[in-house]
Amino acid sequence: MQLTLWTYEGPPHVGAMRIATAMKGLHYVLHAPQGDTYADLLFTMIERRNVRPPVTYTTFQARDLGGDTAELFKTACLDAYERFQPEAMIVGASCTAELIQDDPGGLAQALKLPIPVVPLELPSYQKKENWGASETFYRIVRSLCPANADASRRNPKSCNILGPTALGFRHRDDLSEIRRLLERLGITVNVVAPFDARPSDIAKLGDAAFNVILYPEIAENAGRWLEKNCGQPMTNVVPVGIGATRDFIAEVGRLAGIDTTEFLAQETSRLPWYSKSVDSTYLTGKRVFIFGDATHVLAAERMARTELGFEVVGIGTYSREYARQVREAAAKIGVEALITDDYLDVETRISELNPELILGTQMERHIAKRLGLPCAVISAPVHVQDFPARYSPQMGFEGANVIFDTWVHPLMMGLEEHLIHMFREDVEFHDGAAPSHLGHAAQKAQLPKSAIEPASETVPLAEAKPTPVAGEADWAPDAEKELKKIPFFVRGKAKRNTERYASEFGLTVISVETLYDAKAHYSR
Amino acid sequence: MNLPFKVNGNESTAKGCVDQPVLRERGQREVFCGLTGIVWLHRKIQNAFFLVVGSRTCAHLIQSAAGVMIFAEPRFATAIIDERDLAGLADIDDELDRVVNRLLERRPDIEMLFLVGSCPSEVIKLDLKRAAQRLSKIHLPRVRVLNYSGSGIETTFTQGEDACLAALVADALPETKPASLVVVGAISDVVEDQFNRIFAAMGLENVGFLPARNAHSMPAIGPETHYILAQPFLNDTARALDERGAKHIPAPFPLGANGTTAWLKAAADVFNIPADRFAAATDAGHKRAEKALIAHREALAGKSVFFFPDSQLELPLARFLHEELGMALVEVGTPYLHRQHLRQELERLPAGTVLSEGQDVDRQLDRCREAKPDLVVCGLGLANPLEAEGFSTKWSIELVFTPIQGYDQAGDLAGLFARPLNRQARLGGL
Repeated sequence: MQLTLWTYEGPPHVGAMRIATAMKGLHYVLHAPQGDTYADLLFTMIERRNVRPPVTYTTFQARDLGGDTAELFKTACLDAYERFQPEAMIVGASCTAELIQDDPGGLAQALKLPIPVVPLELPSYQKKENWGASETFYRIVRSLCPANADASRRNPKSCNILGPTALGFRHRDDLSEIRRLLERLGITVNVVAPFDARPSDIAKLGDAAFNVILYPEIAENAGRWLEKNCGQPMTNVVPVGIGATRDFIAEVGRLAGIDTTEFLAQETSRLPWYSKSVDSTYLTGKRVFIFGDATHVLAAERMARTELGFEVVGIGTYSREYARQVREAAAKIGVEALITDDYLDVETRISELNPELILGTQMERHIAKRLGLPCAVISAPVHVQDFPARYSPQMGFEGANVIFDTWVHPLMMGLEEHLIHMFREDVEFHDGAAPSHLGHAAQKAQLPKSAIEPASETVPLAEAKPTPVAGEADWAPDAEKELKKIPFFVRGKAKRNTERYASEFGLTVISVETLYDAKAHYSR
Repeated sequence: MNLPFKVNGNESTAKGCVDQPVLRERGQREVFCGLTGIVWLHRKIQNAFFLVVGSRTCAHLIQSAAGVMIFAEPRFATAIIDERDLAGLADIDDELDRVVNRLLERRPDIEMLFLVGSCPSEVIKLDLKRAAQRLSKIHLPRVRVLNYSGSGIETTFTQGEDACLAALVADALPETKPASLVVVGAISDVVEDQFNRIFAAMGLENVGFLPARNAHSMPAIGPETHYILAQPFLNDTARALDERGAKHIPAPFPLGANGTTAWLKAAADVFNIPADRFAAATDAGHKRAEKALIAHREALAGKSVFFFPDSQLELPLARFLHEELGMALVEVGTPYLHRQHLRQELERLPAGTVLSEGQDVDRQLDRCREAKPDLVVCGLGLANPLEAEGFSTKWSIELVFTPIQGYDQAGDLAGLFARPLNRQARLGGL
């Protein structure tokens, strides 16, 4: 049993819905109690889809339980087939139906519908949304795409794009960006799936020479099956960021037998110059904490260090399936990876690290508000704001531009930050003030916790008053005042260092002198 | 005391829709489960916390229904049952104790904790009543632990509030002797204050509201307590109150000028409030409400409306739209029709109105498309798809989250229905 305030991922059947809703001509019959239909609003409200997801729910109730839930499922299946005339169906159970063990797969097979029916086994008490999406896509590909390793009639310069789904973080725009990129390279896109694909398109996946995997969490399993059974290699680089996009171009060039040198020389992104221009100097060494799904975290970690010049002080992911990759990336930069789906653990880690910027999900935005830290959203779970009206990809060269703006926007502008350091007691330019371009509302969010939040044991270090502890040095009032002049995001560290210094040197009182002695001591 | 409230006119001939046959449907129900009630209940009762014992689906549902994201940390959470719990590898009592301890450590401000049952906890027959009693023993006097079920297999949307209040009535309300009036059903604080002022002006002093804003100030109940429902979905709560000897005051629901006056009158009559005193307390409000409705009536009169089942507020709303705004009722769907509590609403509906109970969403959509109403009241899952087909829609969930009861909200309530049409007119050129 796990205490959960917010969940990063929905249950696995929501993952299956993301596949079904992305596709056309596919219908999902879901054995589920009434109430589970809430999932429709994820698509119609958050993503603003203008049609209902192609899902029929049995919506059984308590009075159905003793008797005929299996019959209810069969009727729902038949009715859905009659009404929607899909090319193929997927069938499965949500968490409650899993407990009553009606075997939707077997029941649907017994109906002998004249279309392919793909049964799904999605263990709700073990797995989550992304796994559900990946498994569903894999099952659909496996069932509908004939194994065929004969590459002789394939156009070597053709590929499939696998991974974009409904309710995906910027999937719509990533797809446009990457499709355009591939076409400019002279590569034909055979099938995009699951986004807008029909079951009949899935059957044609084998016609391409290789597969582009945009989101490994969703499409890697299907990609591996195609690699093994259709002899199609797949891409390993996710093109988020300038470096990764360049690597991706080189990778697809190798797979398609295209020389990409000239193309790469003509690349067009503003990020490199924007990041090099002196105005961005203030970004140097900003301490960032990164959390989200594995794909976006790994990409953000690379971009943050090598394309914006930040210092990454911590990374983590809720994608347990990709824990290994995230741990490796963390080890390379000498930090410990946080692998958890517990929002409270993430909050604790952020409080400890006290970063200057959080790159996270909507959940970390809550944490950031609480702690008064700037935050940019880099990953699902999605929010209505993650489906902007404007073109806003994360992938490719335009994606890098979008990310540059998104990450820099919540930060203090360079000179503004200097002025705050210089004139610390200015009533408007104090520590708690938000970047002035973010306006008054942002400042309100940084009021002391007590104003917003009745109880919180996670008071940021910045607000922790130096309190004398038995056996430790006391802070003299003037030293305490001086401590407050240190920028809030390093104040906790300065405080700890000074106290450590005082205890090492056996001092009982910390004076202003001690503070600066400690600073000199630890800056060696 | 104890005068029966007289319904208008002669009771022997059925009026309005009282004896009207109802279209009962079984099929896919596009409705929320009772857990959704937590979204408003956790804001209403300021020092209560709602811990759902359920699956990731439950956690995801509340998170998604709660306006997708609420920015303050909510006073609700989910204890997610996992495979170890199901396989019996973990002792479920120990697990629950651990989760509750962690929660109460984090939130020292919490004084009432609801363990909320879900579909999975009901199916595996987890005894949350026993768990609540055990945890109460551990945590009282600081925290009282109660339980109810908000599961989708037993409750539809607002029935979650019903189950919660019924649990409060059965286990947590003190006894009282003197006569009192209790208004039952979560209403917004501003409406509560307005009703309080009106009751005070009538000379009614001992008035309580269930649920109260604070776990410590819940009203006491006794044989001289008369209760009036402010919400139409409180079946089990009413039964629990009856069991404690309290007496139900039959009334229509306080929506619109007429609805509010009739509701207040029902309460006033039970306490023998003289007519002039009642008039002095309510006339100004009634006139203000009527005035506020005029502009909206121009926009809405003659327009047709179709209700998909959602909150059980559908019948009182339909009555208001028909009686006070002149709208035509195409179909009024409700998840559950409680004839006794809705009797006075049924009387006021025009004879021949199509009433439906339960749902087969695809068939209902067919009827809706066929009827081409000017306005469709429906849940969030249906609203955008219907808009895309050219219908104007009003999300029904907003009618639960917005202050709509009482005189001074009558105009706002009408405005909720007028706005989609207004918007459609403004955007006609798009």
